[in-house]
Amino acid sequence: MAHLYLIAQIAGRAVAIDSDQVESVVDIGEVTAIPRAAEHVRGLAALRSRVVTVVDTQSALGLEASGNEACRAVITHVDGHHYALLVDALEDVAPFDLLPLAGGFALDSAWRSAGRGIVERDGEPILVIDLSSLVPGHAVAAE
Amino acid sequence: MDDLLQEFIAETRETLEALSGEIVAWESSPEDRARLDAIFRFVHTVKGSCGFLDLPRLGRLSHAAEDVLAQARTGDRTPDRALVNAVLAIVDRIGELVEAIDSGASLPDSGDELLIAALEEGAEEVVSVNLPGIQRAASRSVRLNVELLDRMMSGMSDMVLARNELARRLRHGEIDPTVEAALERLSLTVGEMRDTVTRTRMQKIDALFSALPRMVRDTAAGLGKSVSLHIEGADVELDREMIEVMRDPLVHIIRNSIDHGIEAPGDRRRDGKRENGRLIVSARQSGNQIIIEIADDGRGIDIERLIRKLVANGRNERDLRAMSDRQKLELVFEPGLSSKDEVTDVSGRGVGMDVVKSSIEQIGGRVELDNAPGKGLRIAIHVPLTLSIISAIVVGVGKQRFAVSRQAIEEIVTERSEAIRIDTIGGAQVVTVRDRRLPMIDLGELLGVPRAEMETGQMLAIVSVSDGSYALSVDTVLDNEELVIKPASPAVMSTGLYAGQTLPDSGLPMLLLDCAGMAHAAHLDFTRNVSHAYDEVEAEAATPGTPALLFCDLDGVRRAVPLGIVDRVEQVDAGSVRHSGGQLRITIENRILPLVVQGEYNLAKRLNVLRLKDGESEVAYVIDEAMDIVMLPDEIVPAKAAGPVAGVVLLDGDQVELLDAYWVFGEYAGDEGEEVQPVCLLADDHDGWMTAFVQPLLEGAGYRVVTELASGETASVVLSAESGGAAPGVAAPLVRLRRRKAAKAGDDSIYRYDREGLLSALEDRIAANGGR
Repeated sequence: MAHLYLIAQIAGRAVAIDSDQVESVVDIGEVTAIPRAAEHVRGLAALRSRVVTVVDTQSALGLEASGNEACRAVITHVDGHHYALLVDALEDVAPFDLLPLAGGFALDSAWRSAGRGIVERDGEPILVIDLSSLVPGHAVAAE
Repeated sequence: MDDLLQEFIAETRETLEALSGEIVAWESSPEDRARLDAIFRFVHTVKGSCGFLDLPRLGRLSHAAEDVLAQARTGDRTPDRALVNAVLAIVDRIGELVEAIDSGASLPDSGDELLIAALEEGAEEVVSVNLPGIQRAASRSVRLNVELLDRMMSGMSDMVLARNELARRLRHGEIDPTVEAALERLSLTVGEMRDTVTRTRMQKIDALFSALPRMVRDTAAGLGKSVSLHIEGADVELDREMIEVMRDPLVHIIRNSIDHGIEAPGDRRRDGKRENGRLIVSARQSGNQIIIEIADDGRGIDIERLIRKLVANGRNERDLRAMSDRQKLELVFEPGLSSKDEVTDVSGRGVGMDVVKSSIEQIGGRVELDNAPGKGLRIAIHVPLTLSIISAIVVGVGKQRFAVSRQAIEEIVTERSEAIRIDTIGGAQVVTVRDRRLPMIDLGELLGVPRAEMETGQMLAIVSVSDGSYALSVDTVLDNEELVIKPASPAVMSTGLYAGQTLPDSGLPMLLLDCAGMAHAAHLDFTRNVSHAYDEVEAEAATPGTPALLFCDLDGVRRAVPLGIVDRVEQVDAGSVRHSGGQLRITIENRILPLVVQGEYNLAKRLNVLRLKDGESEVAYVIDEAMDIVMLPDEIVPAKAAGPVAGVVLLDGDQVELLDAYWVFGEYAGDEGEEVQPVCLLADDHDGWMTAFVQPLLEGAGYRVVTELASGETASVVLSAESGGAAPGVAAPLVRLRRRKAAKAGDDSIYRYDREGLLSALEDRIAANGGR
């Protein structure tokens, strides 16, 4: 059955995110740094009255930290806490059929633990990622 | 109708919870009217609701209980143990039935009649008493969905931020004074609203503790043990949700304590402990945590047995033995472990400490153990303040700001101050503040935040954590703010440095520093002594000291009176004082009380009167004003002669006269139905020692003391100094006092400072002589 997915750009690649995991897409403002926190934790940002933990998605995937001042983020809710996962850009929201990750795909590093399957957009396969596995502190539980 | 039923169930549940403490208290003193009333109100309310909701079974039960309680209230029946038990059984059944109604289950009603029959006392008639309308408990409450509260909270915060934004924008242009006034008013209202709304989420921990007395009693009774429970800090406030999560772990730990920790009375006697086990449950807020402590004086955790058990479960013995003591203790949290060899129906349900630990950790808390084998176990549950308003100090390091709980900060000093010096000892920085030497943590260094280049010296916040204190060096101390603290995500908490996050009015998130966590991260080591802490608890319980009321008397002298006999202090019209029947008397609440006055009182003024009570009689004592509650020192210099002053004590370097309560009651309250006092004759008291020292003591014990017998008077007993013999011509038993502590062989005299010995000797001799 077709399900709604959000197609976003992370580290220059298109990824699909289950729309159920996405609470909203926002532009975040000033970020308060969290000294001594893991590298991929950017800091805290205020979203109206809510405080969200900002995650540098790229570095959470084991890639080099993006370093750019990306401020577009996908808000997700995991275990009672809100997280803003930074994305480069948003492309589309559309229904797709989830296809299993066929054997033999050697995804590198964190992509492997985040990958949940693929969807096909005009013949182009797009990796479906699980946001909660990118959230620090939950990655282990999600595996 | 369904709504009403739900309401009834919820209300009954709540009342039952609140009542369980009362029930136990009532059991221990069935004459206590207030408790009786509370229980009566409960069954009465249940009965009323039952008629309305058509619940005949509940109605019958509550009606029967109400009748009996009504008789107890009118005095037609004495609330004895049997009655208390029968009523408790009914209250329990009401609870069960309510739960059954809620879950839609059915409960066999066979037992109901038996319970009702148990209320009967022999063939006594059950008379229905019509009582005037009972006042419902004053507390009004409603139940609300937590989600709704949360929405309200976040709406509130949005409003605060919107107000700030508005204020910022207005500041840019020219402001109309009327607009400014309106904004001011808005700010005020918003601030007040925020306080109110936030408090809706908080609840006193009493909600958790009120059910404990009953539970402890039932559990202990079921195991044939006797446990006295002591609860402290019931008014600490906690997030309501947190209270719910804490409920099961707390119950489990307490059951464990009673079942596994506290020994059977026989074993305790053998080990030289009191038969009554002691269980102390306390709650306190410590910085950004609530600490709930459960301490018992049982046998503690037997680590040896723990290891054997785990080895039997297939663990490697050598690994276990190689662990540190602390790690070994932590083994109690291993799953599948029942630390007792046999399973009991109280705590051996396969739910172990592992479950307790994981549920506490789920809410971000931790469990700490302090084990003193043979002496007791103290379990401390540290729960983070999920949501709380704390008064915080905002400090700045470099460009960042952090909040520190105000409670944790002892004082703030600047580095430049003369009283401060900073040294480096073996690589560690040490601050000497006046006479205290404290380790120092440089916040910038700890957090890896570059510090601001500043001309002025830095600030030091002296922070105290449960184990010790340290100095926290920061760039600036900015502000003192009330902040709503919320838990931060695991990514933040895993650093171990933060206790939560907050969104201050600036709209920029801020982190709350965890003072204990920082000490840990900086490897500060405050070694503490577990057994010492235990001893302290013991000592505190053993010698509570005598509290006394310090007051300024009419004659301008500062005097103290033991607090135990002060019933209350009140203001009375001087016009109600009369000199009647040979002494001054005062009318208070339609009663005539003897009045003690030392000095001049002004008839025109209102008088401050101490009402002193010794259990039976009451005396009023006029004072100028009450000053303070003080603890009396052990050393009391006795007064020279018997009189209103028992002696002099030293309080804060000042001499204070201690009122002689015995003398006051003896002198003034005596006419309320005097007993015949045994007469004690002091023979050959040449140096006046006996009149000075022994006389007040004896008078306090109910003797009339004379140095010479009036004609026609007979002495019940004669007290004489060592050398002296019986007074000539007095046929009374003789008690002799000796000066030395040690007695010679065959000497039946009493050492003259042996208070207890003297009194019991006097009693014995009088009794032996036919009790005159």
